[in-house]
Amino acid sequence: MTSTEFFQQLINGLSLGAFYALIALGYTMVYGVLRFINFAHGDVFMIGAFCGYYLSPRLLPHFTGGLTPLGPVAVLILTMLICALLGVTIEKLAYRPLRQRPKLTVLITAIGVSLFLEYGGQFVFGADPKSFPELMPDRAIAGTGALTITTTQLAAFIVTICLLVALTFIVKRTRLGMAMRALSNNPTAAALMGVNIDVVISFTFALGSALAGAGGILYALSYPSIDPLMGLLPGIKAFVAAVLGGIGNIPGAAVGGIILGVVETFVGGSAFSTYRDAIAFSLLIVILLFRPAGIFGRAHSEKV
Amino acid sequence: MKYRHIKKWILLAAIILSGIVSHFSGGINSYYLQIIIFIGINITLAVGLNLINGYTGQFSLGHAGFMAIGAYVAAYLSTEHSAGLFRALGGPNFFSITLLFISVLIAGGLAAAAAGLIVGVPSLRLKGDYLAIVTLGFGEIIRVLIQNTDAVGGPRGYSGIANYTTLFWTYSVAAITIYVVVSLIDSTYGRGFLTVRDDEVASEAVGISTTRYKVTAFVLGAFFAGVAGGLYAHSTTYINPSGFDFQRSIEIVVMVILGGMGSTAGVAFAAILLTLLLEYLRFVSGYQWLPEIIRRIAANRVIIYSLVLIALMLLRPQGLFGRLPRRGIPIGGATKRAKLPAHSA
Repeated sequence: MTSTEFFQQLINGLSLGAFYALIALGYTMVYGVLRFINFAHGDVFMIGAFCGYYLSPRLLPHFTGGLTPLGPVAVLILTMLICALLGVTIEKLAYRPLRQRPKLTVLITAIGVSLFLEYGGQFVFGADPKSFPELMPDRAIAGTGALTITTTQLAAFIVTICLLVALTFIVKRTRLGMAMRALSNNPTAAALMGVNIDVVISFTFALGSALAGAGGILYALSYPSIDPLMGLLPGIKAFVAAVLGGIGNIPGAAVGGIILGVVETFVGGSAFSTYRDAIAFSLLIVILLFRPAGIFGRAHSEKV
Repeated sequence: MKYRHIKKWILLAAIILSGIVSHFSGGINSYYLQIIIFIGINITLAVGLNLINGYTGQFSLGHAGFMAIGAYVAAYLSTEHSAGLFRALGGPNFFSITLLFISVLIAGGLAAAAAGLIVGVPSLRLKGDYLAIVTLGFGEIIRVLIQNTDAVGGPRGYSGIANYTTLFWTYSVAAITIYVVVSLIDSTYGRGFLTVRDDEVASEAVGISTTRYKVTAFVLGAFFAGVAGGLYAHSTTYINPSGFDFQRSIEIVVMVILGGMGSTAGVAFAAILLTLLLEYLRFVSGYQWLPEIIRRIAANRVIIYSLVLIALMLLRPQGLFGRLPRRGIPIGGATKRAKLPAHSA
C-alpha cells in the first residue's frame, strides 16, 4: 500500500467513523442515564435518512438564489427535530411503563420496537431501496493533489464536529446537562436533589435521537441507497463503538466511532474484504474480554 | 411408580407414536407434512433455547447461528462423505441410511455444541444486554464465515442434500430434547440453573459455579439447535446462509418469550402456535376479499412478531404459561416484622 492509498483510506475511514460516532453518542447517553441498550436507536437513524428523502423535494425548492446553501441545513434541522420527537415518543410509550421492571423486559421491548420500526418502515416506505436525493453537488475538492476529499465527506466532518461541540456545551454548561450527569452518577441522589428524572430522560432521548437523525442524513449523502433495514448493521456497529470508547462516556463514543470506522475501512480495502461485517463483532468480543470498561471507562465493582 | 419413571415411559411412548404416525404418513399431503416437520424442529429449537434464556436467565440472540452450524456440518457430511459408508454396508439401504443420518445429526449437534463452548466461555462473563449483543454478533460472525466457505457453496447456498428427515426423526428428537431438559431441571444438579437465574451473587455465595452452569446451558442448547439444524437441512434439501440470519434467531426467541421463559410445556406450545399462525397468515395474505392493508400486514410476519413482543412485555411479561419470579424479602423487611400482631410482647 502506497502512502497516498494509505491516507486516502484514512480519510474514507474517518468519514465512516463520523457516522458511527454520531449514532454511538445516542447509545452512550441513554446508557448513561438508564443503564440499558436502546436497541431501536439504529432504526431512528434509518428514520432520519427517510425524513431527508421525503423532506428534500418539499423543502429545497423554497431556497433559491443566495439562500441555496441553507436548504440542506433546513432539511438537517427539521429531520433532527422529527427524530428527537420520535425518540421521546418511543421512550414514553414503550420504555417508561417498564422502568421498574427487570432489565431483560426492557431489552426485549427495545428489540420489539426496533423490529417494529424496521418492518413497519418496510410497510410504509416499501421494501425496495430508494436513491437518496443529492442535497449538494458531490464532487472532489480541487487542490488536494492525489488525495480526494469529496464535498459530502467534508460536510460530514464539519457537521459532526459542530454537533459534537454543541453536545459538549449542552452536557457541560447547561442545567439540563448537569442534571443528566447527576442522573448518570446516582439516580436516587439526583432525584433527592430535586432533579426531575422524567424530564431529563426525555431530554436525553431527544438529544440522542436528533444526533442519530443527523447521522442518517449524512450517511445517506455518502451511500445514497436507503432502505428500511439500513439501520440494523450501522446501529449495532455504533453500539460496538460506544463499548469500545467506554459506554456511558461521551468523548469515548466519538473516539470509538472513529477507530471502528478506520479499522473497518482498512479491512474493507484488504484481501479480507468479505469479512468486513465480522470485524466489528470480533473487535467487540476482544474488548469485552480484555477491557470490558472500554478505552476511557472506569471499571465498576458490583455492589451487593 | 415414581415420577421420573413416568417421564421415561412417556418419552418411549412419544417415540413409538411418532414412528407409527410416520409409517402411515405417506397419505398426508406433502405441504402439511412439511409444516408438521417444521413444528417439530421449532419445538426442539425453542425448548433448547429455553434452557439458556428461560431456566438459566441468560439472554442469547444467536440461536440461528448454532442451527446453521448443525445444518451445514450434517448436510456436508451426508452429501460428501456418505459414499464410503454406503459401500461398506452394501449400498443405501434402510440400515445404512439410518446409521448415516443418526451420525450426521449427532456430528452436527456436536459441532454446534463446540461452537457453543467457544461462544459461551468468553461471553458468559458478561451480563444481560451485553451478552445479548455478543451472541447476536457471534450469530452474524458464523453467518459471514459460512458465506465465505466455498466448499459449502458460499452465498449461493448448498443444495442437493438428501431428503432423510421424516416425522419419526423430527418428533423423536423433539421428545428427547423435552425429556432431557425437563429431567435436567428436575434433578438436584439442575436446580443450579434456576439459582443462577434467580440470584447470581447468592449462588456464588453458596458455592455454585455460575460460569459452569451457564456454559453447560449454552453447550446443551447449542447441541439441540445443531441437531435441529441437521433435521432442517435434510428436510428442505437446500440451505443458504441468509436463512439463518438475525430474523431466524428472533423467531425462536419470540417462541420462548411467548410460551413463558422457564416453562417447557409453554414454550413447546408456543412453537406449535406460532408456526401454525404464520403459515395461516400466508393464506390470509392471499384472501382477495380482505382489505389490502390487512393482507399486507399478514404478509409481513415480522411486524406481527414485534407487536407480540411489545404487547407481551407491557401486559404479560411472564408469557402465556410462565410464572413471575418469586419476590425476595424486601430490604425493608424488618418493618414488616414489626407490624405482626404483638402477642409475644
